Amino acid sequence: MTSSSPGSPGSPAPPPIPEPGFNFAYLDEQTKRAIRRAILKGVAIPGHQIPFSSREMPMSYGWGTGGIQVTASVIGQDDTLKVIDQGADDTTNAVNIRRFFKKVCGVATTEKTEEATLIQTRHRIPEKPLKAGQVFVYQVPMPEPLYFIEPSRTEANKMHALEEYGPMYVKLYEDITKFGRISLAYDYPVMVNGRHLMNPSPIPRFDNPKMDMNPALQLFGAGREKRIYAIPPYTQVKSLDFEDHPFSVENWEHPCEFCGATDSYLDEVVIDDQGGRMWICSDTDYCEQRQREQSGSAQKLG
Amino acid sequence: MQPLLTVNNLSKYYGDLKACDRISFTLYPGQVLGIIGESGSGKSTLLDSIAGHVPFENGIVEYCDRDNNPIDLRTLPEPRRRKLMKTEWGFVRQNPRDGLRMTVTAGANIGERLLDVGERHYGNIRTEALEWLSEVEIPHGRIDDFPSTFSGGMQQRLQLARILVTRPRIVLMDEPTGGLDVSVQARLLDLMRSLVRTLHLSVILVTHDIGVVRLLAHRLMVMQNGQVVESGLTDQVLDDPHHPYTQQLVNATLIP
Repeated sequence: MTSSSPGSPGSPAPPPIPEPGFNFAYLDEQTKRAIRRAILKGVAIPGHQIPFSSREMPMSYGWGTGGIQVTASVIGQDDTLKVIDQGADDTTNAVNIRRFFKKVCGVATTEKTEEATLIQTRHRIPEKPLKAGQVFVYQVPMPEPLYFIEPSRTEANKMHALEEYGPMYVKLYEDITKFGRISLAYDYPVMVNGRHLMNPSPIPRFDNPKMDMNPALQLFGAGREKRIYAIPPYTQVKSLDFEDHPFSVENWEHPCEFCGATDSYLDEVVIDDQGGRMWICSDTDYCEQRQREQSGSAQKLG
Repeated sequence: MQPLLTVNNLSKYYGDLKACDRISFTLYPGQVLGIIGESGSGKSTLLDSIAGHVPFENGIVEYCDRDNNPIDLRTLPEPRRRKLMKTEWGFVRQNPRDGLRMTVTAGANIGERLLDVGERHYGNIRTEALEWLSEVEIPHGRIDDFPSTFSGGMQQRLQLARILVTRPRIVLMDEPTGGLDVSVQARLLDLMRSLVRTLHLSVILVTHDIGVVRLLAHRLMVMQNGQVVESGLTDQVLDDPHHPYTQQLVNATLIP
């Protein structure tokens, strides 16, 4: 989190000029300060949801307004922003949010995970491990993991306060009873720092282990539900499971058909109406870097 | 012997209405206390006050826990009270829909209290659930069925299993046989009687059915307009009622 006043010229590569008429990062300074206070509270109590006065953003709820407000309040002139949507840098949501921040902040943007200082995401954590000093912002549709068990917010808050997470396990019990395994594929609930039950936003369970002891600061913003929460660097994050049904992640019988990766999360893409389909990395940056490396080494060999 | 539960001068008002007026009694381990009275006499309110479901104005409710420590339930912090309710106490509701989770299977209903107290082994929970299903005479094959597919009597027995799985010491029952037909009632009462004996349970049983208290309760309290008008050994009270209201109640019963 660096100073959010407009940067001074004179840096080696002149940054894009922000659109005049907007405050830096769109939100006014008071709002950003209020959101940063909520973030600090969230960092102090890992996994605990902090209410905040979610503002109207120039896009509708459900398009990442929570994540954008968090990003807007922590972004600084010298940040390099990366935005991903389902792992891809080139999908509508990602492109629009990246353009939005380029317009209202004039910050540098990138598609490379390792070059970014600030990453906003929807539905994925990049395959390349995050580094200390990076800030990782999630867009969250439903922050309350107990909602489908306890619709009353008052009662759910009490359950969090008293650490009464038995009913959440009832849901997992039902899964094993019905399907022989825990069938949650995304938004798989986690215990943060051994204390708070948390929804990790709709990332696949494949990404859950990446949150554990991650060196980056992870921030979560839910715009419609008006909640912010956080996982500070190097915090223990454990996915819920049973002793005799331990947590496991998805795996695929195929490697990625573009880059041959066997360790990444794959998307199934239907390619014709004859039942043809292919499996490719959902993290476009990871896939492209691997392809580039392979063609580079192939050229060297040739 | 030390009493398990001591209630001293408990009073609960709804505005000017005295729902429970200075009620005192003691309950000893293994004892079944029946509370009878007509609708609106304050017996359910008394039960809710003791269980902490509603706050009461005056009086002391002291419970002696597993380690023999006296606990003042009124000043007990909320987290400890909730823990106690899940481990050492049980509450059986008249309508099983209030006491069960209707949208999860029977097994999960029994398992919930185990999960609440930290059990995290699916196989163990399953074994325990099956054990308790046989204990309350529900066929093992129904473990993965929803309670909504159960008959009224089965739902009530499942509610018992759900509570007894953490081996509570005291069970509060609010009209457990209400709304069941007579043969199903008889079977449930029979089961409750044997469970009380084998598990050495203490029970406070609220009902308006004299037949039920005669069968189950060792001691009896008769309530009218928020006050206890008569109390004593069940047979004594029912066979030789002193208070005019009790006399009326006993006479009004078809088969006393």
